[in-house]
Formats: sequence, structure tokens, C-alpha cells
Amino acid sequence: MDFNDSPEEASFRTEARAWLEKTLQQPGTRGGSRPEGPEAMQVAKAYQAKKAAAGYAGLTWKRDVGGRELPPIFQVIFSQEEQKFQAPVASFAIGLGMCIPTVIAFHNPEKIKRYVGPALRGEEIWCQLFSEPSAGSDVAGLKTRAVRDGDDWVINGQKVWTSGAHYSDYGILLARTNPEKEKHKGLTMFVLNMKAPGVEVRPIHQMSGGSNFNEVYFTDVRIPDSERLGEVGQGWNVALVTLMNERLAVGGSSGPEYNEILELARNTPAPSGKGTLIQDQAFRERLASWYVSAEGYNLGKYRTMTALSKGQTPGPESSIGKILNANRMQDLANAAIEAEDHYGIIADPSLAAMQGAFHNAYMWAPGLRIAGGTDEILRNIIAERVLGLPQDVRVDKGVAYKDLPTGR
Amino acid sequence: MNFDFSDDQKSLRDQARRFLDDKCNRKTVREVLDNAKTSYDARLWKAVGEQGWLGVAIPEEYGGLGLGGLELCVLAEEIGRAVAPIPFSSTAYFFTEALLAAGSRDQKSALLPRVAAGDIIGAFAIGEGPGAPSPASIETSFDGARLSGAKIPVADGDIATHAVVLAREGHGQSLVLVDLNQPGVKRETLTTLDPTRGHARLTFDRATGERLGTAGEGWVLTEAVLDRAAVLIAFEQIGGAQACLDMAVEYAKGRYAFSRQIGSFQAIKHKLADMYVAIELGRSNAYYGAWALSTGSAQLPLAAAAARIAASDAYYFAAKENIQAHGGMGFTWEVDCHLFYRRAKLLAVQAGGPSVWKEKLVRRLELKNAA
Repeated sequence: MDFNDSPEEASFRTEARAWLEKTLQQPGTRGGSRPEGPEAMQVAKAYQAKKAAAGYAGLTWKRDVGGRELPPIFQVIFSQEEQKFQAPVASFAIGLGMCIPTVIAFHNPEKIKRYVGPALRGEEIWCQLFSEPSAGSDVAGLKTRAVRDGDDWVINGQKVWTSGAHYSDYGILLARTNPEKEKHKGLTMFVLNMKAPGVEVRPIHQMSGGSNFNEVYFTDVRIPDSERLGEVGQGWNVALVTLMNERLAVGGSSGPEYNEILELARNTPAPSGKGTLIQDQAFRERLASWYVSAEGYNLGKYRTMTALSKGQTPGPESSIGKILNANRMQDLANAAIEAEDHYGIIADPSLAAMQGAFHNAYMWAPGLRIAGGTDEILRNIIAERVLGLPQDVRVDKGVAYKDLPTGR
Repeated sequence: MNFDFSDDQKSLRDQARRFLDDKCNRKTVREVLDNAKTSYDARLWKAVGEQGWLGVAIPEEYGGLGLGGLELCVLAEEIGRAVAPIPFSSTAYFFTEALLAAGSRDQKSALLPRVAAGDIIGAFAIGEGPGAPSPASIETSFDGARLSGAKIPVADGDIATHAVVLAREGHGQSLVLVDLNQPGVKRETLTTLDPTRGHARLTFDRATGERLGTAGEGWVLTEAVLDRAAVLIAFEQIGGAQACLDMAVEYAKGRYAFSRQIGSFQAIKHKLADMYVAIELGRSNAYYGAWALSTGSAQLPLAAAAARIAASDAYYFAAKENIQAHGGMGFTWEVDCHLFYRRAKLLAVQAGGPSVWKEKLVRRLELKNAA
């Protein structure tokens, strides 16, 4: 048992670190915490172009599509190093992590050639158009229609929670092509040009105040049949491939952790009025639990890396990370705010602890518990795919999509 | 990155599992549970000794196998899974570890080969009453040769041949090695929540003993032994918790209510998924403890505390929700759920309860941050 890289991994890490140091040493070449705006996008695209030229993009992909055919552990190592250098990679994560692998798996050679290169070099950005207002956890219940018209499909409907739609050039779109069939069997996947007439992107105003996601509306948008991914009616199977690739993304937590609240507790009076909060026994017990959860999550990632290093594929068990992190973030932020008593309501960065980081976490955590699979759906995934429990009784089996109750 | 047990260690686990499936099924555990006169399975204990498990972490020069902490972790997980009714933890995690940490060459030569051969049952006696022991709470006293006072509760104190006892000596504390088969030692068997593991009150009346380690170092040595034991017990806890989850999953697939498998209800699925999450969190923390234990890392105190907290939480949660998943059947004597519910509580309070370890963790985190 050890935490060391293998010799090949170690030399790859050294080489990657040297390249990142060289490439990201200039001021203004790195990404901030959540970069927005056209200037940040130019910085990100410039970085991605250099990354592709140096051979660090698409590390695990086949050589014939511009990859290096390295095992997944090398992707993890490169991402770890990128994180340390705050490389501006967030805008490419969905495209390169989910959309392009789907394109590679299902498109024809000519189109693969057309799309993969520009995406790898950061010239074109992709988004994923699955969720709808009435199809979130039950995404296969989506309504957006694709109707065949000559050599084209005509799209009408609406998507929601689409990250990056406002700056994306292409998207993969899951749409209903046959409402007469069962809901999973009447879906088809397409490549959509986001600049096509009839595509309208509107930002969502989140409860946290920001706008990180979009609604996308389609009014008589035309997609040529040559941009179909997979067979007509096979869209659900194509979507599963997209979602499988999501699991390889080894994400970190994005809010204040035990050390930050420990620091706060050193400088905050205890509820008893005697001494500081860090001397309060009830607080200390909670702090210990946050530590166990945060470190347990980190250590779990090392176990995943070990599996990758041995050439195994991580399964749905990595679903536990988001359940732990999102709930800990919410609980810890809530405790930090309550720790300051009435003063804790002040969110003004010039007055609040950690420039308001706990307040941001408090407002962001509810979204994190829902995005990318709700706590409840993730528990279903663990129960069904890890523990092997039977599926819930389905009322939609054998029923045509058009006959399903929708509640409205 | 190799944050996992080796293939050899995994094959030791498979071998241990097969051995325990054969020699320690639930019937074995129940024979001890139902027999008020017995607190362990002597046949199983003998067989475990013959397998060499008691000498796994003992160096070859003292008659052991000279393997390491990781192999002991692997065995601990299987023993926990089997709810084995044997004094393994008292002997291997406490008594042996105390001897290895503090024993003189003579003490080790005299006792460790006999431990490895299965001839000695060890005990570790620190507590004297309700609440966590502290240097100030220790009243049992040692004068360099004779030991007087009472220890309660002592795990396996009813059957142990030898004990390491924490006692006051002068103004400090020392560890004292005592042969329990002598006139100055009185044993009274205690009724506990977990009758598959024996407990006793040990009363010493000028009993002969010899110091283990340096005079005045008793408390520091105790903490060091507890840190190592915490990791090993964490593996027993993870093994037990996983057995609860396996039982609950099996039952949820086979039991029908409202004309469907109860495992198809989300209320059951989410409960079982939460058990899985708690166990994996415990396992990851326990692995880190195992790494720290086996490498002698300075991270051990913090890693041990995290492993102990996560594993105690996981086992309690899995044991209680396993009963809940079984419904009324789970509350019967005949169904095995309560074996785990009992053992979960013993392992959570033996070697210090969750609150004590949470306090240790935060103190150690503060020390680490200050450094």
C-alpha cells in the first residue's frame, strides 16, 4: 500500500508539470474560480489550443482521432496537475468529457474528423441538451420533438439547465422522434448547430443570484439527418454512453471545508459566552465529522485512482462523492453562519467571514444536491447498480409515450 | 498510486473467509450466545492459533510470522464479518501491541512465542468505571512489584491468562504486566450487551506484576496502543457493517410486501444506499489508518481517529438499519441481526467511545495545523 506513482506515471507527471509551468506562467493565462465573459473565454481557448498542440488533449482517445491511447490514470494525473495550476478548462469539460466521446462512438468517420479536431483545440465548444422542464430525474420522459421532413429533422421544444449553451457552438440533443413507442424507445440523438436559426438561449436566474445555466428553446430548428447519432429510436442507448463518460470525471469539492470553519471557530465566541467556539464540545464533534467525511472522500478518490492505475474501470460507486460533498457543504456552511449568531446573516464580502465564502456555499449547495443526479437518484443508482436491488415498479412499461400521464 | 491491499493480502483474506465460513458460522456464535457459562469458542480459538493468525504481526525472532499491520487488518475485517466469539482483539490488537511497543527483550521472548502459539489469552485493562479513563481517574496502584485496585470492564478478563494493566505509580502512571492465574487476582464475570465476547471485573490485591516500559510512561503508551488498536478495530467494524448490508440486501430481494420485493421501494433502497455510503466512507478512512499503521507514519494518530469515528458510525448505522429492513423478523432472537447490533456497540465503546475519539481527532488536527 502506497501513494506513489508508478515510474511511467511519475515521469508523465513531471513532464506535465513542467509543461504547465511553462504554459501558464504568464499573468492572465490561468482561470479564476468561475471565469465568465468573452475575455476569459479567449484565455481558455488559447490554453486549450496549446494543450492540444502539446499532445495533452484527448489523452485516452484513440490515435486515429488525435488521441494518445493512454490509460485513464494519465488523464486523472494531468487533471490533478491542471487543477494545481488553475488551468482554464471548465468550458471544455462537457464537450471533451461527454459530447465528443459520444460523437466518436456513433458518428461517421467524415463527421468525426470534422468535429473532433476543433473541439480538441478549443476552437469549438459543446454542450449537452438532455434535461427538460418536465424531464429531469426522469430524463427519458422528455418532450422535445424531432419530426422527419425530407432529409431534415424539424425540432420544436425546450431544454433546461444547459451549462455553457450561451457560448457553445454545438450540442448533442436528445429528442423524441416517435411518441407512439414506449418512452425509452422513441428517442433519437442528434448533433445540433447552436447557431442554427430557431435556437434561442436564455440564461436562468438561479436562487443563488448568479446565472451559470441556460434554457434553450427550439422553434422549427432544422437538423440534417446526416447529423443523427446512432439509429432512429436508439437515442437512449446513445445517452447512456454519454452519461457513462461522466463517471470518469474525478471532481473535487468546491466550497469551504473543515480547516476554514476551524479558523472561523477560533475567532468566534462560544454560545455559552465563555471562550471561543473551537472550545465548544458540540462544535468540536461536528468538526470531527466533517473531517471524516472530507478526508474519506479524498481517500476514496485514491482508491478510484488505484483501480484506474490497475486498468480497471470505476463503476457507479463513485456516485457517493457528490452525495457526501454537497450535503457536507450545506451543513458546514449552515453551521458557519449560525456560529456567528445574528452577525452571520451579513453576506457583504467586506464584512462577512472569508469574504462571504460560507454564504456562497449556503446558497450554492441546494443546486449541487440536484445537479448531475439528485441525492435521491444517486441513491437509486447505488441501490440498483451497486447493491443489485430490483427496479421500482414501473407504471410506464409497455405504454406508448403519448399515453403516459404527465400531471398537467 | 496503490491505495489497496496487495494480491497476497487479498488471497489471505479469501483464505481467512473460507476458514471462518467453515469454522465460525452463525451457529458457532449462537452456541456462545446461548450458553451462559461460556464467553468464547475454545475450539475456534485453538484453530485460529493453529492458522498462525495470532502471530501475524509478531516478528519471526519471537515466534511469529513477521508479516505486518496490513495482514492483521485483513484478518480483522474477516473476524468482524464473522462476529467471531474469540478473544482475538484483546490478544492481538491490545496485549501483543502493548508488548511490542513497550516490552523488554526478556518480556517479549517470554511471552510473544506463547501468544503466537495460541497458549496465551491477553487482556488490556484500563477502565475503572463509567466514563472515559484519564490519567486522573486511575486509582489502581503499582509499587514496582505489587498491584492493587479494580478494573472494570476488562474485555476477556474472564478467560485471559495475562493482562496489561494501567496503574498509578508514584505521581504518574505505568503499564503493568500481570499473570492472572495467581491468588492476588479475583475475576467476576460481567453481564454485557454482547454475550459473545466475555467481560470481567478484575480485582488485584497485592498481585505480583512487572512494569512494561518505563515508569511514568503508562498513559502515553496506552494512547499509542489505542491508536493502533483503533485502526484494527475499525476493520472489524467495517467487516461487521458489510455483513449487515449484505444481509439487508439479501432480505430486501427475497421479502415481498404489497406483492413486490421490498427492495424495490425507495424507502428501503435509500436506507441501504446510505448504509453503503457510510461503509465506504469508513473503509476509505480505515485504509488510510492501515497505511499509517503499517508504515509507522506520523499521520497515525489523526488517521486512527478518523478511521475509528467513521467505522463506528458505519457499524452502528448498518446494524440498526439492518434490523429495520428485516421488520418484525429482525426483532426476533432467531434472526441474526442482533448479533451485529450487539457487537457494533461493544466495538464502538471498547477502546474509547465516539465522543472521545472526535475530541482526539480535533485536538490532533489543531496540532497538525499549528505545526
